[in-house]
Amino acid sequence: MYMLVNDIRNMFPILSRKVYGKNLVYFDNAATSQRPQSVIDEWNRISAESNANIHRAVHCLADEATQAYEASRDAVRDFLNAEFREEIIFTSGTTASVNLVAFCFGEAFVKEGDEVVVTEAEHHSNIVPWQMMCQRKGAVLKVLPVDDDGHLMLDELDSLLTEKTRIMAVTHISNVLGLVNPIKEIIDRCHSKGVAVLVDGAQGAVHCKVDVRELDCDFYVFSGHKLYAATGTGVLYGKKKWLESMPPYMGGGEMVGTVRFSGTTYAPLPMKYEAGTQNFASAATLKSAIDFINLLNNSELNKSIDEIRDYILHCLNKDQRIRLYGVPRGTSDEKIPLFSFTVDGVHHEDLALILDKMGIAVRSGQMCAEPLMDRFGVTGMLRISLAPYNTIEEAEYFVKCLNKAIDMLI
Amino acid sequence: MSLQEAENAIIEEFSMYEEWLDKYEYLIELGKSLKDFPESSKTDEKLIKGCQSRVWLDYKIEGGKIIFNADSDAIITKGIISLLIGLYSGRTPQEILSSDFSVVEKIGLKENLSPTRANGLVSMIAKIREIAYGIEGLD
Repeated sequence: MYMLVNDIRNMFPILSRKVYGKNLVYFDNAATSQRPQSVIDEWNRISAESNANIHRAVHCLADEATQAYEASRDAVRDFLNAEFREEIIFTSGTTASVNLVAFCFGEAFVKEGDEVVVTEAEHHSNIVPWQMMCQRKGAVLKVLPVDDDGHLMLDELDSLLTEKTRIMAVTHISNVLGLVNPIKEIIDRCHSKGVAVLVDGAQGAVHCKVDVRELDCDFYVFSGHKLYAATGTGVLYGKKKWLESMPPYMGGGEMVGTVRFSGTTYAPLPMKYEAGTQNFASAATLKSAIDFINLLNNSELNKSIDEIRDYILHCLNKDQRIRLYGVPRGTSDEKIPLFSFTVDGVHHEDLALILDKMGIAVRSGQMCAEPLMDRFGVTGMLRISLAPYNTIEEAEYFVKCLNKAIDMLI
Repeated sequence: MSLQEAENAIIEEFSMYEEWLDKYEYLIELGKSLKDFPESSKTDEKLIKGCQSRVWLDYKIEGGKIIFNADSDAIITKGIISLLIGLYSGRTPQEILSSDFSVVEKIGLKENLSPTRANGLVSMIAKIREIAYGIEGLD
């Protein structure tokens, strides 16, 4: 199906708003993406027509709400090509998913002296839960570094993986560097040494076609709010063998089989990991969001965003004042339309404040990746991250405004 | 000039700038002209850390008045700091505590103070009050 970018933009009500009297240019999609009308409508529909607690009552509203929630599970299963629908666990977001795995995997399989590997390019959410687990279990956290261009130093991977390594946590695409990591190779190398792998797909699920069976990853986690769905939604895909052999995370609600003071049995997957009342109205929007992504993938628009990416990459690369982090080596196809950079002699906050007044929403700061900031010797960066609803005109306007802002500040 | 008169003078000065661009350009100039903190003084105790800009604040007491000295690595924040130093440095703790610190809001820079900006400016104002309050308590 042939669609123009304006057809897509018209699906997103927020894109027509103005900020400070100027057209909004939303370039902070890696933090949260905007929502199409279909997602907003689905959330409203559940709230207005089918608001009832799921998985419990037998009445009509409860049945409708449960159906919508479970339809999202099926949609996510198809989206990831998971083998079983019960391998899809709903959480509140990527952070919650990583915490769940770090805690439960740690309880079941990590003992004193064992090792866990992460990379230098991880978001805090894929570092701190593992640190906490290592502290609790007396395990050791090891780090795979990145090189000056932001690529993982895979040559060092084999020496990091020992007979004591239990699990490796790696991001599919860093939220700072925007490079697609060779996770298939990492997974294969980990598996050859009996090491399980969790992939942080917070950015990856948005920009790559993910097939968990082809990847053979043990866990794949992502957030709904970066993927056009409502906020407060997240996904944990886990291989059934792991999810069945790990203990539950939180107790209570519908995660039980039978409850006696003498002991409790747990519900089968996926309910075992979905304690308490779920954020069902938001989770239901995952299906609408995935329907939207399927529509996008069937259009020509992904080619247009690639051209915009190449244009911005070219402009940033040719400007001597700009230092880009996450530089593609071969073709630009290993880079998503996400650019973090610093400008010599200019603070990222000043640039962000001025760009904001020009109507452009960007991210500045440490981007929840302090180790990576330390690696590159900076206190923060400026980041722009684009979505398929962004246009070449917006990119050109950004480049013009960035130059103007730099001139004001230097 | 009393503190309130000084605050009103700044509010009046900023009312001349209708465009945000002019305001920012003025703040950038102010920021550039504020004396840098000596590198040796940029210690962790003086650092007010935020996700965005870093702000350093130092003070001493001379004749019952508090002399503030501050710096930031971001120039617009440094410009606002320069304004604040101009207003509150060399005042008695009682004078400082009589201010409601609404001047930044009144000159149309409220968004620079929003907690979501996560910068050091909000913390700096809180710190100025805290210092004044602590010294007043000693009297």
